[in-house]
Amino acid sequence: MKASLSVMPTTPAVPPAKTVHPLWLRVTHWINAFSVVIMIASGWRIYNASPIFPFVFPKEWTLGGWLGGALQWHFAAMWLLAINGLVYLALNLLSGRAQRKFFPLRPKEVLHDFVQALKGKLQHTSLDHYNAVQKLAYLSVIADLILIVVSGLAIWKSVQLPLLRDLMGGFDSARIVHFFAMSFLVLFIVVHIVMVALVPRTLLAMLRGR
Amino acid sequence: MIKKPHRLPSTLDSELIIKDARRELELAMPSRRLFGKRALTLGGLSLLTGCEITDNESVNRMLINISRMNDGVQAWLFDPNKMAPTYPASMITRPFPFNAFYGEDEITEVDGDDYRLEIKGLVSNKKTWTLPELRRLPQVEQITRHICVEGWSAIGRWGGVPFAGFLKHIGADLDAKFIAFRCADDYYTSIDMPTALHAQTQLTLTYDGEILPPKYGFPMKLRMPTKLGYKNPKHIASIEVTNTYPGGYWEDQGYNWFGGA
Repeated sequence: MKASLSVMPTTPAVPPAKTVHPLWLRVTHWINAFSVVIMIASGWRIYNASPIFPFVFPKEWTLGGWLGGALQWHFAAMWLLAINGLVYLALNLLSGRAQRKFFPLRPKEVLHDFVQALKGKLQHTSLDHYNAVQKLAYLSVIADLILIVVSGLAIWKSVQLPLLRDLMGGFDSARIVHFFAMSFLVLFIVVHIVMVALVPRTLLAMLRGR
Repeated sequence: MIKKPHRLPSTLDSELIIKDARRELELAMPSRRLFGKRALTLGGLSLLTGCEITDNESVNRMLINISRMNDGVQAWLFDPNKMAPTYPASMITRPFPFNAFYGEDEITEVDGDDYRLEIKGLVSNKKTWTLPELRRLPQVEQITRHICVEGWSAIGRWGGVPFAGFLKHIGADLDAKFIAFRCADDYYTSIDMPTALHAQTQLTLTYDGEILPPKYGFPMKLRMPTKLGYKNPKHIASIEVTNTYPGGYWEDQGYNWFGGA
């Protein structure tokens, strides 16, 4: 083993890469990414029909062409988002991966890793291990997606789902919650893509597993 | 009910943009920069293809099929005993917004003296109704939230005849699937029987204690706090009980048929 390594100097001196992301995780990640893009782009077109704030989204960034088309996309992709999300959560919890990857999560470590990241000193020694900032970011976006689904259901079925409606503080405030949950998701996606661009190996890992 | 849709021109200059993006990707670049470019343009491309996809026949058919499936899901979710919230008079939205597929200066004026409500389809008593006859039926009131498909909502006070009682009164076949409405402003829509029989579904003759004004649908509209605004027809001229899917003005253009809240 030692000898064979020394005759092949081009081979990196690391053990054979083991799977960082199991197949089910990669599949649910990309289905989620696809459905989230559809939900956001069509959601922006729906928002434009009756803006909550004094601005609208540029039409070129939206999906559906007109309100009716955007609604069709939104209420089609919601199934993909919700079912895929449930599969992801179930597998993550049942396999014990969520516990392993995201916990323990200590505020002190988050702060430390955040400062290191700002200094550009946060090292990705292993893709297998999330730093504390990553743990917090991924857990937050999972919680945010749950909030998006709950507030979305409260808007879609405000009469039939009174519990969710009341939980969101009524129909009109459910729209505001839905909007800010979307905003957080967009912020996450922007940072996520920037980080992937800085460490492209992570994209490979999410594609081929290692 | 909202104004006419503005459909997106199908082609745009997306071909040009895609060509641009492709050229960028093919350029020799350091791998990291190339990766960055790719990540950025892939997002842009997926949105662009989205616009293109909207005009694709088979994709449209899929979206319509899912919308039909959502009709079924909503019918299953619909609880005939679940009431929409009601509000105190102090919470009424003033002025209550006008909304239709035409402007406020084009509102249909119906002559109340000549008005005859036509009854058609699977009904045993097809006699027409005059406005005074409708007003003599037992009246109820509700202060409920009107939710528009656009996302805004407003609270209003409506008075009129419970629709379930009216349907029984005229001997409608309560096992029929649909109730279709044709309106004096050429609007048309249709609803499912369980919603028609819901306690808050009302043939509305008054708004805020006054005779229903033309902008809210004189002489009569259908008020359903369990459905979105475009399912609530104004200026109703005829009611038909049927088993043949009647569609609707907006529904035929792509709005979800059930339109439940």
